[in-house]
Amino acid sequence: MSTVHTTPTGPVRTADDRPTPPAASTATPRRSPRRHLTRLAIVVVVVALALAPKLALSIPGVLPGPTYSPGTLQLLAVCLLVGALAVTYHLLFGVAGMLSFGHALYFAVGVYGFAIALQTWHLSLLPAALVTLVIGALTSLVVGAVSLRVSGIAFAMVTLAFAQAGSLLVYRNIGGRTGGEEGLGLSDARLPEALLGVVNTANLYWLALAVTVVVVAAVGWVAASRVGAMMVAVRENELRVRVLGVRPYVVRLVAFVASGTLATVVGMGYLLVQGGANPRVTTTSFTLSLLVMVVLGGLGSRWGALAGGVLYTLLDQRLGVLASSSTVTSLPDVLRVPLSQPLFLLGALFVLVVLFVPGGLAALVGRVASLRSRVAGRVLP
Amino acid sequence: MSVLVLLVVTGLALGALYFLAAAGLSLIYGLMRVLNFAHGAFLTVSGYAGYQVASSLGVASASWAAFALAVLVGVATGAAFAAALELLVVRRLYDREIEQVLVTVGVALAAVALVTGTWGSDARPFPAPPWFARTTGMLGAQVPNSRLACIAAAVVVLGGLTALLGRTRLGLVIRAGVENRSMVAALGIDVRRSFTAVFVLGGALAGLGGVLAGVYNSSLSPLTGDNLLIFAFIVVVIGGLGSVGGAAVAATVVALIQQLANYYAASGVGDLLVVLALALVLLVRPQGLFARSVRIA
Repeated sequence: MSTVHTTPTGPVRTADDRPTPPAASTATPRRSPRRHLTRLAIVVVVVALALAPKLALSIPGVLPGPTYSPGTLQLLAVCLLVGALAVTYHLLFGVAGMLSFGHALYFAVGVYGFAIALQTWHLSLLPAALVTLVIGALTSLVVGAVSLRVSGIAFAMVTLAFAQAGSLLVYRNIGGRTGGEEGLGLSDARLPEALLGVVNTANLYWLALAVTVVVVAAVGWVAASRVGAMMVAVRENELRVRVLGVRPYVVRLVAFVASGTLATVVGMGYLLVQGGANPRVTTTSFTLSLLVMVVLGGLGSRWGALAGGVLYTLLDQRLGVLASSSTVTSLPDVLRVPLSQPLFLLGALFVLVVLFVPGGLAALVGRVASLRSRVAGRVLP
Repeated sequence: MSVLVLLVVTGLALGALYFLAAAGLSLIYGLMRVLNFAHGAFLTVSGYAGYQVASSLGVASASWAAFALAVLVGVATGAAFAAALELLVVRRLYDREIEQVLVTVGVALAAVALVTGTWGSDARPFPAPPWFARTTGMLGAQVPNSRLACIAAAVVVLGGLTALLGRTRLGLVIRAGVENRSMVAALGIDVRRSFTAVFVLGGALAGLGGVLAGVYNSSLSPLTGDNLLIFAFIVVVIGGLGSVGGAAVAATVVALIQQLANYYAASGVGDLLVVLALALVLLVRPQGLFARSVRIA
């Protein structure tokens, strides 16, 4: 019944002893002027995003229309929520160093749990959200408690197995509640008027923005807390944490449950924004796309994960539009086929990033910044 | 009785496909510690390469010569794809396990997307000789010949692999490398050369598996490989990473459980049981049922 652990001296390499990812948040000391600047920048961005539905900004090629149009708001809301989900995965993988292939499960519990609570149990919005939150926390607690008895690749495979079981339950419609491959609509749900119809897309967008801000702040708070410091310590050197008298198992479980429960919260927002549940969110490939986002954005950086999630969703959507445009369809097959598949471009981009830009977007930004300061330093006498 | 025979033979044939995918995965992980997510893409790409050859030679049902050529092209495609992946990508990330997993994920996404772009996302009927669709009487059951062909192919491959691992120098290096890679390197043997060999071998077996999956399902879709991959992973982990014999036994057991429970209980229950069996095995015996040493925990 004992947990299997690896000593750092053994020949086995696991997720725990990989090289330190660049941690952007810990690089700047507390209360430095740069930190104030970062805070200011965050407030400005959030205010700008909150005002977007009232403005007529248009970014041709990136957004499908001006920012007040329902289509654009819907896309932005999905981008934000997927970004927030990537941040919850960052807490698990980037901070605590646990490679899970089953993170889609907790998101799917949010999406499907909320849908069933609203649609089948006819609960109203808040009770349904509370019930779903409890189910999400319990699911991650149980799965985490079991899976964490092993670590490294074995842990990844157990989480994959549990998520696959969830996916099968949804796809095969074993309880008769999930709608199988069709998914679930929200036609019978008792939702407030303000969240229904194309007219109210702006409200859904604000909801998505609020969920994103809360989740990103919560992940930041957990990562900056003492428990967060213990998570980093467990990732870096499990043996030393044990010597300090702390059980790594408990620290990992806290990270797992926090990340899973927050993913459930994001899932609930996603259900409302999408107006229904799609079984695609339960699949392993969805978890793998989260992994792609977090790595694209930069492992170990909360903002990198957020940017990775937003960018991935935006690229996936916009590259699909590009594929059906006349410039691409008129190309010869050799160019047309690869360009018409967003996943081909994203997969290839991902391989290139892993090979040549190990820290992802965050490292790229850091590198450019240090290059600029070096150039500036040379100009000074 | 006849239903049971049919279920068992179908289960064994499915197990044969799992084994063809899992044998390579298992050796690659055992020797190199690379969890190869691109293995499903090996199957899919090779299956479509075989499909392209067979369908360009005959229209609806291919001749035996066309089918043999399709198998050869499938195996060669799998081997070439695997060799390219190892030499161009995986080799550059030597000793960085997580990054190696990540690039194989990226390659799998890109390759499957490319197949979808070229042949479309709908399943296509696989042009096999009509013999495969006929049945053979066995203990009162009419068993489709395609099932028997899959089983026969897997038995031949198992025999070949056992001989290769047991009787050749390359096999010796691979087995020793699975046991203790640094010791083999310390003895002055270039383990890296066997990395390429194992990748090519795994790719070739997956290529055969891809064409046979087309015969088994009598159609191919871009998701054929990835659907098999999840169960191949389960087989590899249950059988013990790095153990070919373990993979063979686990593939048989997993496929039989799946077939029988899906039929006698309810559709989907078998799949669920298999997934839960994986979790159980990992928790009780993390090294898998047939691996000797603790190496993955």
